[in-house]
Amino acid sequence: MNFPVLSSLILLPTIGALFIFFVRSSNSQYQSSKYVALFITLANFFLSLYLWIVFDKSIVDFQFVEEREWISGFVNYKVGVDGISILFILLTTFITPICVITVNATIKNRLKDFLIAILILETFMIGVFCSLDLVVFYLFFEAGLIPMFLIIGIWGGERRVYSAFKFFLYTLLGSVLMLVAIISIYWITGTTDVIKLYELGIDAKYQNLLWLAFFSSFAVKTPMWPVHTWLPDAHVEAPTAGSVLLAAILLKMAGYGFIRFSLGLFPDASLYFVPLVYTLSLIAIIYTSLVALMQEDMKKLIAYSSVAHMGFVTLGIFTMTQQGIEGSIFQMISHGLVSAALFLCVGVVYDRLHTRLINRYGGLVSIMPKYAIVFMVFTLGALGLPGTSGFIGEFLVLMGAFKKNILVATIASLGVILGAAYMLWLYKRIIFGKLINEDVKKMVDLKKFEIVTLWLLVLPIIFFGFYPEPLINSIEVSVANMIDINDLDKINKLVLGE
Amino acid sequence: MENLQLIIPELFISIMIMFLLIFGVFKKNSSLVVYNLTTLSLVAALALIINLDTQIQSSLFNNSYNIDSLARFMKILLILSGIFVMLSSSKYIQISKISKIEYPILILCSILGMMVMISSNDLIVFYMGLELQSLALYVLASFNRDNLLSTESGLKYFVLSALSSGLLLYGCSLIYGFSETTNFNQIMINTKEIEYGLTFGIVFILVGLAFKISAVPFHMWAPDVYQGSPTSVTVFFALLPKIAALTVFIRFLYIPFYELGDQWQMIIIFLSIASMVFGAVAAIGQKNLKRLIAYSSISHMGYALAGLSTGTTQGVQSSITYITIYLVMNLAFFSCLFMLKRNDEYYENIDDLSGLSKNHPLLSLSLLVVLFSLAGIPPLAGFFAKFYIFVAVINEKMYFLAIVGLLATVIAAFYYLRIIKIIYFDPEKEKFESKHNLGLKFTLVASTFFILAYFIYPSGIVDIISQININ
Repeated sequence: MNFPVLSSLILLPTIGALFIFFVRSSNSQYQSSKYVALFITLANFFLSLYLWIVFDKSIVDFQFVEEREWISGFVNYKVGVDGISILFILLTTFITPICVITVNATIKNRLKDFLIAILILETFMIGVFCSLDLVVFYLFFEAGLIPMFLIIGIWGGERRVYSAFKFFLYTLLGSVLMLVAIISIYWITGTTDVIKLYELGIDAKYQNLLWLAFFSSFAVKTPMWPVHTWLPDAHVEAPTAGSVLLAAILLKMAGYGFIRFSLGLFPDASLYFVPLVYTLSLIAIIYTSLVALMQEDMKKLIAYSSVAHMGFVTLGIFTMTQQGIEGSIFQMISHGLVSAALFLCVGVVYDRLHTRLINRYGGLVSIMPKYAIVFMVFTLGALGLPGTSGFIGEFLVLMGAFKKNILVATIASLGVILGAAYMLWLYKRIIFGKLINEDVKKMVDLKKFEIVTLWLLVLPIIFFGFYPEPLINSIEVSVANMIDINDLDKINKLVLGE
Repeated sequence: MENLQLIIPELFISIMIMFLLIFGVFKKNSSLVVYNLTTLSLVAALALIINLDTQIQSSLFNNSYNIDSLARFMKILLILSGIFVMLSSSKYIQISKISKIEYPILILCSILGMMVMISSNDLIVFYMGLELQSLALYVLASFNRDNLLSTESGLKYFVLSALSSGLLLYGCSLIYGFSETTNFNQIMINTKEIEYGLTFGIVFILVGLAFKISAVPFHMWAPDVYQGSPTSVTVFFALLPKIAALTVFIRFLYIPFYELGDQWQMIIIFLSIASMVFGAVAAIGQKNLKRLIAYSSISHMGYALAGLSTGTTQGVQSSITYITIYLVMNLAFFSCLFMLKRNDEYYENIDDLSGLSKNHPLLSLSLLVVLFSLAGIPPLAGFFAKFYIFVAVINEKMYFLAIVGLLATVIAAFYYLRIIKIIYFDPEKEKFESKHNLGLKFTLVASTFFILAYFIYPSGIVDIISQININ
């Protein structure tokens, strides 16, 4: 395999962005830059699809590894994928073209700049998921802040400045400690190469502090309670495409980081901090679900539901069982699809009525029947109805949790009920009920491009709900290996005294 | 006398100073010609330095003048920055009516002084270079003599700088008294034991040097002088004296007093932490861009000092890398500042940038890149600068310094973001002129490109710098 697939995946969006930047276009030609962006992102999607097909799911090792000298004698540019990261790359390349399609309705000014920002962001997101060197990872992880800051700040709503600053500074503050940890790892072990670090292992006496440093970054990004407050603000103010990317992909970087780095590099510390993560996850699940119930703003409600869902993810990861971790990954992919879809749905009605307040709506079912159908599917996906992808993830996570700690699992199960409560109530208030607002009557049903984007998301949600095999298949070996090489099972047994 | 060929660049610049002075006096209205000739002679001096044999490590004039890899690199950096400063500010000095023949000549004088500082291996030679540099700078700061702020800044700089030079000289005399020599290498041999007088001497000299690079708590002059001086002089202040002072810092700490690391390490760490934190916090409330960049440079000097405080070769190299990238970033920032011109008037308040991105997309993009780079966000050059520093600092297990430094970057990010917010998120104002001279455009494009593309090949500069050895 000589062709550098991963590097092309990373570089292609940037090349597209440069192309859009340098080709001068008058206002009327904005459409053409949109088609360029769409073409590039679709090409990237098919490239990653090809990657998934060629990818050998039965091998434990990282595949398509590329290594190049970068900072001489210190850091090498190294990328590669295993079964876990390839799914996130697929998710990224799948969601980005959908965002590009939606820009027409939502972005009124500076379309060209917006497309450039999205393409650059895609580069960084793919980079995060396939980098196999801590410094390279940090570089991509942080660099993503720049385009997202601009997306929220330039194209956002009324309080966009506040939200953009909050988003940027929270995340930056969380990440600086990670940089200290990365450099410390270099001086402790002599390398920042993830594969080598897996082999070498890190001395247990350093692990706890390093784990905390990584945790501070990932916890903000996940976001976990109590550092989740930037998320509702960022979501509410960001334009639709921004919210979609934020919920679907940026949050997943942290979950991915937990699996790849926290579990992979610091197994002892991860075990040590399990109670902490359990507690924070449970608070996130229960507390933010309750908060979500009380929201009057649709985007805020979905944002809080994201926090709750990510609570399941962190819970699953730190059960450190095959089911738990697989469930978390599945939940992340599923949440990536569902939350993207929900934000798109909010975007659809927001474009028509220009409000996100739930009580301004009601009775949409008779005005927008097509909308009501897709929104139903996504609502059910979000609350984890069997037959949607949301169910598989939550089920596996809870299964892993029951194996470890029945109390934790029971409390987490409550979250599922609360999730059903706020999602169904949201659906009821928007779609059913009496048509009170006169403006609602003037709303038109889904346009063609909206139907395309939303159904593109319906399909995988239902498909993976009934047939999760392709996804599970792809992560199974990698997760098993992760548990194996770090002897997580053995450590578990020692601690539990089995 | 055959060693004289090693100081040909310095000799050349001295001759050019005298020649240009005579030429300017005898030929009427020759300020523009003198200005261009100055730029050309800097280019020639650069060529002369590059032309010198890189392998030569020698000490001239009784071992008081060093020609080594450090001096060579720093001089190239110095003269390159000088050339870019001249290129970018040529239009500015004409419009602000400070285009006189003395201006470029004073700049040459000051550069000559800095070259002497960079090569000095002796307290007296070093002091001579320092004074030559400073005297030229006093005049330059108040060059716009009809402007109240400019004269005030010149006077303020003179008074405070004279005080610090006095302290420095006092420190030199103390060291001479306790080591019986002024030569750096000789001092190292003669000072095997710690004596109080010697420690006092070190402290006095460090205070003087900290003043020159505007490290907290000796920074008070910087904001006023930066704001009051003509912008063309401010950019000079922000770039060149820092190179010279940092080199002297390196030589002074790592040659004569390397063995006495315990004596000075705490001082440098304190200076570093104070500068990083104070620079970041104080910049938040600023409204004037030049004043803001003054605080920002205070903070940046803190990071450069953090590298020095490690006491390792790696730390020194990281500081040199830092200052190199810092120079490029500041050059780009000031180039943007020179472009904020409307009807022959320059604008320098943050509010003037409001909505810049609508009318000047390319200029705002450059500013965006520069500001994110100054904030140290990857993948821009500013991140790598900080990264090398922290690699060196953490290697010495100085975690406190590293964490404080990183937290300071978060605080600093706030005020850089505020400028970006004003450029990109705020409503637009009147357009600025979009015609600029070629030198300015070239400076901006080259420096922005450097910042943007640094991550593609980060080893380039590091490899060159890693060949610098101090002892």
